[in-house]
Parts: sequence; structure tokens; C-alpha cells
Amino acid sequence: MNKPTYGVVLFHSTQAAIKAEKILKEAEIKIKLIPVPRHLSSDCGICLRFEVDDVLAVKSTLASKNVQTARIHQL
Amino acid sequence: MIYMDNAATSYPKPDVVIQAMTDYMKNIGANSGRSSHRLAIEAGHIIYETREAIAELFNISDPLRIIFCSNVTEALNLAMRGFLKPDDGVITSSIEHNSVMRPLRALEEEGVEVTVVNCSSQGFLEPREIQAAIKANTKLIVLNHASNVIGSILPVAEVGEIARQNDLLLLLDAAQTGGAYPIDVEAMNIDLLAFTGHKAMYGPQGTGGLYIREGVDLKPLKWGGTGSRSDEERQPDFLPDRYESGTLNIVGLAGLGAGVRFVLAEGEDNIRGKEKNLTQKLLDGLTNLKGVTVYGGLDIDRQVGLVSFNIDGLMPSEVGFQLDEEYEIMCRVGLHCAPAAHKTIGTFPTGTVRLSLSYFTTEEEIGKTIEAITKIASK
Ligand SMILES: Cc1ncc(COP(=O)(O)O)c(C=O)c1O
Repeated sequence: MNKPTYGVVLFHSTQAAIKAEKILKEAEIKIKLIPVPRHLSSDCGICLRFEVDDVLAVKSTLASKNVQTARIHQL
Repeated sequence: MIYMDNAATSYPKPDVVIQAMTDYMKNIGANSGRSSHRLAIEAGHIIYETREAIAELFNISDPLRIIFCSNVTEALNLAMRGFLKPDDGVITSSIEHNSVMRPLRALEEEGVEVTVVNCSSQGFLEPREIQAAIKANTKLIVLNHASNVIGSILPVAEVGEIARQNDLLLLLDAAQTGGAYPIDVEAMNIDLLAFTGHKAMYGPQGTGGLYIREGVDLKPLKWGGTGSRSDEERQPDFLPDRYESGTLNIVGLAGLGAGVRFVLAEGEDNIRGKEKNLTQKLLDGLTNLKGVTVYGGLDIDRQVGLVSFNIDGLMPSEVGFQLDEEYEIMCRVGLHCAPAAHKTIGTFPTGTVRLSLSYFTTEEEIGKTIEAITKIASK
């Protein structure tokens, strides 16, 4: 089985990352809070990892709940 | 032992509060926002869930607009100091706690114009008096939701409407109502809501906070580390980090979250209903006693669960001492940190005896309290 390709959403604050985690979990999107990979300099220490196929769902779900994100990257 | 000092801080706390605090101390223990290991994330969850519960209680749409502080006093200082500038005008009432009056008097020395609107001797405020006090430089109205001296509830929604029509902000000190009486920041037009965690929200001491409506910018009260933007020497501009420098009281917030969830589960209407009933019994028992003066409007729909009274010929401190020594009833006596409120109701400088109950107070305790006061008054 191939490992899925991941992307990450970065946030300004930890609390925003946790808010986003909660909202995406409720929307049943597969995500995990992980430390921000070193090469992506960051605003706070944790970010949300998602499967790249879900990128549109992640973006629209967060936008619809007014969650501010800093940046989105593909890993 | 009968604890009738819940307006100072509530006791007992629900067991779930103690459990949540113990659970954090034993099983999590980590800081949030600094590191990114699993315990740090767990701690972040606890803090966020407390924000969420408070957001639900006060109908706040974005939990991240709640700033945690060490108590309502700090929240009020952040709101007033962060918003008012020299030459701005601010309106407040004559029954405020010193946590509002002292910061305002200090700001007055820095050039802020403070207008104090008189309340009636029963502690009530006429919204039109606020309207009449508005001047060209007025920027802010600050009110306590209920008086900590006589329990009178102020017409917040009406004042909120006046604030909106005149483009002013409304800052509410919800110390005596948060958790015990419904608050809806949208319906009441509250722009800044200051609350304390350790009274009717059933959290531990050292917790409280400030809700800041979107579009309102305050100068921080303190600057420092937030875990975010660690490459930057300037304070971040996003919430909550802008105002939450330094490690939070995470164990306290674990307890506060459990306390607020307890209130939500019991139901605010249910809590208010029970406290109303107990307060009515207390009022009924005291108002007919010879030699006893009960302060306030005696209108249960406009009063929270606290009653202030005096006994002819006795100082409040003597009454409090007898209640404690002979009947093991604990209450507060004196001026209750609100000199202007006592001037308004005519009990300055001696003060009053204040009995304040909670959701955990029983009818039997109210009965025994009335009995004790009856005996003291008839001596
Ligand atoms: C109306 C009011 N405002 C402010 C306060 C101050 O609360 P804290 O000591 O939690 O800051 C109290 C309680 O003591 C209060 O009753």
C-alpha cells in the first residue's frame, strides 16, 4: 500500500490549530496535529497534517468556520 | 457549617472541578503552546475546551476571542486601560465594585473623563440616565451586571441598545452573574465581557477572562512570550496570543472548564430558578423581622442570590462574628470593596451584613440562617 501524500496547515497560534483540529474532526476529515516540520519555519509549534486529496475539503471547511490559517504546504 | 459567602467565592465546588484539576496535575502537567509533544497538545486541548464551554455559556461565536486572565479585576484593567485614551469619556454607575472604580480613578488622573450615573437607593439604574450622560467624547460604558452589595440586576440589554445607537462600547463586569444569570453577548450588545471564574462559574480562584468583540482593538496589559512567532520581538496581533503572554493557569482552566460544563449540564434556567427560590425564602424570613433592615428592591426578578441587611444597634462586624462563632454561619460584613455603592444605598461607612448563596445551598441552610438572625436580632 502506498503511503498517502500529506500536506500541512500552519496557524498563527496553538489555540487556532486546536480549534481547526476540532472542526476538521467533526467534518470527518483525517488529520493529525504534528510538530511543524523544521524546514517550514513557523508561527507556532504545531500544525495540522492532512492527506493531500482532502486539500479542498480542508480549505473550505476551515473557511466556512472562519478559522484563520497562516499557510498551507505540501510535504 | 453553613457557607453563605458565595459572592466572595463559591464553595463547595462541584466534584467534577476537583477531578479535572487533579487529572491535569497527575496525567498531563505540561505547558501549552511552547512545545509540540503529545502532553503539550493535551494541555492545549484543555485550554481550548474551556474557551469553548465559556463561548457556549455567553453565546460567543469565536472561542479564540476569549482572553484568559487571573480574575475579573485583571480583565477589567485590560479592557479599560487598553481602550481608553486621555480626553476620552467613560460612563459608569454609582454601584460599581472597586475593580471598576479604582482603574477609572487612575485613568482620570491620566486625563480620561469619568461620569458616574447615580442608581436609586435600591441599586437600580434607569437606562435613560445613561443616555442623558453621553457627551461628544464618550467612548465607553462600564457596568456591573449585578451589584455585589445588594444584588440588584442592571438593565444591560437596554444599555447595550443605547451603546449601539450611540456608537459606544459596552463593557460588562459579570462577576456576580456569570453562570448564575443568563448572559448573551449578542442579544445584550456586549462588546467587552469581563468574568471571573471562581464564583458562579464554579472554577477555582485565579481564573477569569475577557471576551473582546471582533473589530475592537485594545492595547495589551502585558507583553511577553506566547510560544507563537518566536522569531519576532514584537507582540503578535492575533488573538488570543496578543493578550495572553506568559504561561497560563492551566490547572485552574481545567477546573474552570469543568465548572462551566457543570453549569451548562445543570441548566442555567434551573440554577437561576433554584437560587431565586432560595433568595425569596431568605427575603421572606428577614424582611418581617423587627429591628432588621433589608436593603435593595426586594424584587426577586431583579436580584441575584445575595441579600444585604443590618440589625438595629449592632455593627455588621458584631453580627458577622456572632453568626460565625455561635451558629457557624459564614458571611461577609462591611463595605464589600464598593464604597460608592454603599453611599448610594445609604450604608456608608458602616456597611452591611451580606449573605450570598449558591446552587449548592439548601432550604434547610436558609431556614437555619433565618433562625440565627432572628435570635441575634431579638437579644
Ligand atoms: C461586581 C464585582 N466586580 C469585581 C469583583 C472582583 O472579582 P475578582 O476578585 O475575582 O477579580 C467582584 C468580586 O469580588 C464583584 O462582585
